Amino acid sequence: MISIGLSLFTTEVAIAADKQEITVSAAISLKNVFEEIRKLFEEKYKGVKVTFNFGASGDLVRQIDGGAPVDVFASAAQKDMDEAEKRGLIVPDSRVNFAGNSIVLIIPADSKLGIQTFQDLRHNQVKKIAAGNPKTVPVGRYAEEVFVHFKLFTVIKEKLIYAEHVRQVLDYVARGEVDAGVVYMTDAIVRAKDVRIITTATENSHKPVIYPAAVVSKTGKRGIAEAFVIFLASEESRKVFEQYGFKVPGKNSRQRL
Amino acid sequence: MLESSVLFSLRLSFQVAAVATFFIIVVGVTVAYFLAQRNFKGKEMLDMLFTLPLVLPPTVTGYYLIILFGRNGLIGKQIYEWTGWSIMFTWYAAVLASFVVALPLMIKTTRAAIESIDKNLINASYTLGHSEFETTVKVILPLAKRGIMAGTVLSFARALGEFGATLMLAGNIPGKTDTMPLAIYSLAGSGEWSQANCMVILLTLMSGFFLYFANRYSKRFI
Repeated sequence: MISIGLSLFTTEVAIAADKQEITVSAAISLKNVFEEIRKLFEEKYKGVKVTFNFGASGDLVRQIDGGAPVDVFASAAQKDMDEAEKRGLIVPDSRVNFAGNSIVLIIPADSKLGIQTFQDLRHNQVKKIAAGNPKTVPVGRYAEEVFVHFKLFTVIKEKLIYAEHVRQVLDYVARGEVDAGVVYMTDAIVRAKDVRIITTATENSHKPVIYPAAVVSKTGKRGIAEAFVIFLASEESRKVFEQYGFKVPGKNSRQRL
Repeated sequence: MLESSVLFSLRLSFQVAAVATFFIIVVGVTVAYFLAQRNFKGKEMLDMLFTLPLVLPPTVTGYYLIILFGRNGLIGKQIYEWTGWSIMFTWYAAVLASFVVALPLMIKTTRAAIESIDKNLINASYTLGHSEFETTVKVILPLAKRGIMAGTVLSFARALGEFGATLMLAGNIPGKTDTMPLAIYSLAGSGEWSQANCMVILLTLMSGFFLYFANRYSKRFI
């Protein structure tokens, strides 16, 4: 009786020691889907609490570099993770690609401008186009790649309104402050009532949008952090990502593009 | 070291602050005069309304300004329908933001200055047959001069440093609306420290200058 009690007690203590919180810095386009995934994760690992810190991937790297107490980093582009890896901010072996996305052109739901393709952005009636700031946010770089690919960049450069991150681009379009914007497919879905998706950028017009996640080197909760990253690539999570409009890596792939 | 983008932000900041301060003087002195010299119902409520941007976080002020002047805003929508133009993302929006947040400084200092004028002097002017307008121009304003100058300098400095509301209304568009505070934010955010250093030093020196002059002009009003 006493020995059972004791062993239960020590197990409790062990779990209690692990009864912890991790902080995950994630690209803001993951906001809604990660909140859903958190529910599943916390159910699976009872007693664990996940706190999110959403923002532009570039800003998040800067924060981690500056010592932000974060345990997991998930970005919207390989480039930001590469930079984090280069600076020794993440554990390279823990790096996993867990989702993909596409780039879309959106307009305010009540727009009367009749924009139908990326090329229509050239018209004089299109005065303001929102895109992410290429310096700090992946969606801005992808947008620029698309504009350059379609030979639009120099023509529309003057019309570009740079936003701090993809949800701000989305908001500018939804509020009608701009005539068009470039966001991820999954963001457009989140505000389907306020924006209209005009077209999806062809895959060859920009670098593939592949989201990597990794454990942050300075984490004090390595076990839980690893569990979270692995969970992102699990079958359960895949279903959720698909539900929200993300692409998921093929069953056998550990894509690294 | 002084790249064209730094020079642009410098010029833009001064341009925005100067234009905002001009309107602040015109509107601020007028409002301060009426608050000081007239009594009417709801006077203190009006004073509070004007003072709000001083105590509200700039982002809250920015929020209200978007509700009013955004393309679908209460006023902005009308403007857009009449002219096809929106103030959002233009340097005029930066002027508007600076105007709203710095106006209370002008009103407060000027009102205090006017209220502290010896009433006998004002009354003497009236007794001698001057109209209210003449009295204001020849007696009241000159006597309130120190307060008005202090208000001007403070407002200009505040307008120069405005960030939160400006970011929300004018955005941070390189080469168009990136005033110094906004540019510094971007540069620091993307790790471009040497350019950021340059701007920060410039802005600090300038703000220092303005405080010095504000102090000199108005020992009693700050």
